This record gives sequence, C-alpha cells and structure tokens, in this order.
Amino acid sequence: MKGSEIIKVHGLIKDYSMGKQSFRALNDVNMSVCSGEFTGLVGPSGSGKTTLLNIIGALDNPTEGDAVVLGKDVNSLSQAEGALLRNESLGFIFQTYNLLPVYTVYENVEFPLLLLKKSKQERNEAVMKALEWVGLTAKAKSKPNQLSGGESQRVAVARAMVKLPKIVLADEPTANLDAANSHNILKMMLKLNEELNTTFIFATHDEKVIAYLKRKVVLSDGKIIDDITLN
Amino acid sequence: MIKFLLVGLLRDRHRSLFPVTVVSLGVILTTLLYSFMSGMMNDLIDSTSRFDSGHVKIMTSAYHELENQLPNDLALTSTGSLLASLKKSYPGYDWTARIKFAGLLDVPDENGETKSQSPVFGLGVDLLDKSSHEVERLNLRKALIRGRLPEKPGEVLLSDKFARKLALGLNHKVTLVSTSSGGAMAVQNFILCGTVEFGITAMDNGAMIADLSDIRFALEMPDGAGEILGFNKSKFYSSENAGKTAADFNGKFFNPQDKFSPLMLTLEDQNGMGEYIQYADSMGFIIVGIFLIAMSAVLLNAGLMSGIRRYGEVGVRLAMGEPKGHIYKTLIYESVLIGILGSFIGTSIGLLIGYYFQQVGFDISGSLRNSSIMMSNVLRARISLTSFYIGFFPGLIATTLGTALSGIQIFKRQTAQLFKELET
Repeated sequence: MKGSEIIKVHGLIKDYSMGKQSFRALNDVNMSVCSGEFTGLVGPSGSGKTTLLNIIGALDNPTEGDAVVLGKDVNSLSQAEGALLRNESLGFIFQTYNLLPVYTVYENVEFPLLLLKKSKQERNEAVMKALEWVGLTAKAKSKPNQLSGGESQRVAVARAMVKLPKIVLADEPTANLDAANSHNILKMMLKLNEELNTTFIFATHDEKVIAYLKRKVVLSDGKIIDDITLN
Repeated sequence: MIKFLLVGLLRDRHRSLFPVTVVSLGVILTTLLYSFMSGMMNDLIDSTSRFDSGHVKIMTSAYHELENQLPNDLALTSTGSLLASLKKSYPGYDWTARIKFAGLLDVPDENGETKSQSPVFGLGVDLLDKSSHEVERLNLRKALIRGRLPEKPGEVLLSDKFARKLALGLNHKVTLVSTSSGGAMAVQNFILCGTVEFGITAMDNGAMIADLSDIRFALEMPDGAGEILGFNKSKFYSSENAGKTAADFNGKFFNPQDKFSPLMLTLEDQNGMGEYIQYADSMGFIIVGIFLIAMSAVLLNAGLMSGIRRYGEVGVRLAMGEPKGHIYKTLIYESVLIGILGSFIGTSIGLLIGYYFQQVGFDISGSLRNSSIMMSNVLRARISLTSFYIGFFPGLIATTLGTALSGIQIFKRQTAQLFKELET
C-alpha cells in the first residue's frame, strides 16, 4: 500500500574527484519514493545505485541538487543530524551481515535500541518481536559464529527492523546467500513491508531480488534510464 | 549502554585480556625497575652511612684532608665534652665516636712466634657501653658467624673470611701492630671472641672490630676519636636536615684558620656521594623514562591495532546512527578501564615482587669478590611511595593516549564509504 512521499530527489549530481579528474557517479537524478514501497535501484556495477543509497541514507552529500528524506534536506544536515536521522528512522542491511561477533543474537538486535535509549522492558519486547518476525527466537542466545549465512542475514534484518524504521536500505542483501536462503529472506522482507508498511529500498543487480520488487528503478552511468512499477 | 560495553570487553579477549596483559607487564617492569634503582641507592647510602660516613660526620679539617690515610695523629681530642654538647644541641641525632685504623694482625703460635700475619683494617666502636646503638647499627648480632660479641675489654671480632684465611680459632690470641697517635709503634694483644660476615666485600676481606676504649688505649688516644658520626634517629637520611645541622654546627664550632677545629660534613659531602646520588638519580629517571617511552609506544601500537581490528564494528555503529563523538568517547572509556585495571594489576604484582626482593634480595657477592666499594652483597629493591604510582599513571595515560590517538581515525572516516568498506 503506497502512502505519502517520504523521499524526493531532484536534479541530483554526485561527483567524485579522482586526482586531477572528477568522476560523475550520479547525473541529474530525479525520483521520489512513497512510504510502503518495495523498490530496487537496479543496474550494473558503477551505475550509481550505492551512491544514491548513500545519499538517501544521509551517509553522503550530493554535489548538486536536493535530496529530501522524511522531510529533511540531507544536504543541509550536520554529521550529528545525519546520525540522528539514521538512528531514528533508517535501517541498514549489508551484503556481509556485519553482526558484532562478541555479542549474542539478542544483543546484536538490541543495540540500535540502546542508541535510542529505550528502557529495558521496551528493548526486550521489541527484540523478541523482531526475532519472532525473522523466526530466530530460539537462537537469541547464539553467537554470530554459530549461525549459518541465511540466519545471520535474518538477524541483520531483525536488527534493521527492531526500531521500526520508516525506511530500510539494503545493499545487495542476498549476494552472499544461496538461492533458497535468498528467497526466504526476500519473502520475509516482503512480509514485513506489507505488515508494517516499512519502505524497503534495495541496491541490487541480483535477479532473485528483482523478482520480488514492486518497483524497479534502473540506473546506468549515473542516470535513471527506466522506472517501472511491477505487479 | 555501559553494561553492553562491559559485556563486549569481557567477552572479547583482544579488547581486554591482551591490552590488560600488556599494560600489566609494562607497569610491573616499571615498578620493579624503579624499586630496584631505589633499593640500590638506599643500600649504598645505608651501607656507607653505617660503616663510614654517618648521616653527618665530624672530624678535624686536617684529618678530613688526609682521611684516606687514617691520620689518627690529626684526630679529635676531648670528644667527651663535644659529644655531650652535640647530644644537647642536636637531639634528633644519635652521636657516636669511632676510630678507624689500619695495621698488621699477627697470629702467634704456642711459643709466641708469628704463625701468620696479614694487613688489617679496623674499626674502634662503642661496643661495651649499654646505651650505645653501634651493635644494632653495624648489624653485628645478625652478622655473627662464630662465637659471640665482645663482652669485656680486650676482645675483638674479625671478619669470618679473614679469620679462616689466618686459620684462627675462637679464643685465639691476636696481636695488632699499628701506629699510635703520637707516631710511635703500637702493639696490643686481643682475644678473638667471634667472627662476622658483614655482607660487604670490602669489609669481609679483612676487617677487625674492637671496642673504642681498647683502640683508644692501643693507639694512645685517651678521649680522642678520628671521627664522630651522627645518625638521624628516624633512621632515614634527609639531605635537607643534614645540611641544616652541618651549617649550624660549622657556624658555631668550625674555624677555617684552625686545622684542628671540628668540621661537620653531611653524607653527600663525603667521598663524592653527593655527585653519586645526583648521578644515580638522573640515571634512574633516564632509565625509567626510556622504559616508559618504550611502554607507551607498545601501548600506543596496541591501541592502533585494536582500532584496525574494530574497523568493521565502528563502521556498523556509524551506519546505525551512533554519533562519531559517542563512539570515540566509548573507546576512551574502555581504554581508561583497561588502563586502570592493567595498571592496578601491574602495580600490585610489581609491588609484591618488589617487596619480596626488598626482604630477600639478590645475592651478587659472586660478582663483587674483589670489590672495595662499600656496597651490600645483596641487591635489594625498595618500596617507596613513588613505587605506588611510578608505573600506575604512565600505564593509564599511555593506554588512554594510544586509544585517543588511534581513535581520531573515527572522525576522519567517510561515512560515504561505509557500504563499500563493510562489504569487504
């Protein structure tokens, strides 16, 4: 169910300097995303999808143009304000899970709530609910090195979802998973998208992911060349 | 959050056990090194003061000029009245007269003919007076190997090694051949009542200890003494106190025009001890300083290594929205905790080992066989107030500084690279 517009980028340009030359990673990108979308930024390596994900995630600033995320102009945010936006409203899922190895599954999922200074009871309820979503309540006390790749990525999803963010940004989330685990993860994310109305934005070129997308924004050489709504 | 960080510290040995071990080792070594340096200095001061210099010493200036030759013809006279005046004017010191002498020790056989003979260095000290502290000061009871301490006039102690060299048994008669204060030949018989081991090679090679009154009689020095030694009643040498006492005494009694007027010198004024103490102090600080720099470099490196190892973790925390300053602060808190724990463990172990070596010490007599330095054969550490913090604070500061410097990288980190960095 599509809702109100929560991301709007307009005339977005991102240049990287490479010695005396500069490289244009994004070139006049315009797009908007509404709440509840399940969208993929699709394209080959170097097409600019991760750069766009970085800007939407307040991890990077555009060279030119505007990027407004949840009503906040990313370009005008300080480091601390960017961190606060990520902390309160954005969830991240990485290709290599990046779980903290010395902590248990429960503690890994709990960490974003500690940053939000939630009470112990609130944390406990939220963590157990997030683990239930991803089907890992039985593994709450396990350490990351005791989990399979698929289970690790499910923990990463729970960690991203536990604070009920408005937007989840996922960069190649299935790149390290086999087909069966990829489908499980994607089904789970789709279910969360539908049940919690969380907006998911993927950067991917994996056909397995693309098959689940509701919208596909195709990038090539830093430009959007196609924007297709799928059934 | 604090609990979360503590749990991480406890579980991750690379974050806790390894750095705590490194800090502890560094602090143990620093504490021990300083304690040994301090112990060596203290031993040297203690041995020198007990056997030779006192904390302050009074001689005639003429005697002082030729002190190495033991010129008893230039010794102090009327020491009874001088001692009485000293005890009254400077009650913080314990005052005692001594005569140092040298000569030949002759061992006669049953026919009175010389059986063996050897040069001897001797001390005439107040052994028989009940109020004297010389027996304790020279540690004679503990040093006794055979026999007993002198109980009546005419009895002497010899160093055990020396007595064995001369094949002397207890109650054997020995004859001291020396020079009287008037320059004549002095001959006096004694009975060997005991042998001692001083633990100071220079003394153990050939020393004799007799009662002061016997030596006064032998060397024709009635009421005379080569030197009067003063020992601070606190048992510790205080440079400031000794300096004040000497200045006051010399102001009252010393006359530069009169070579036989009494002159008071502090321990530091004698035998280059002042320069030695300064030199040893400087060397001590240089050695400990170098060591601290090396330890700091190791800890700094450990901090940098930890920063590299936790690169991924810091990246995830940044991506999740933890502010850079907060991550930096938590790393500093962790390092302060590690520093306190490591420094506490290191200081405790260092002090325990130091205390053991203060009580037991290292026997280095083997390497001092031919030494003439007034130095103890047992090398001891000394625990002082400084030992408690000489390793603790550098351990804590170096650990924190290492993390603080390596942690600066967090602020230089480009969040735009996080996805790329976290995928490798």
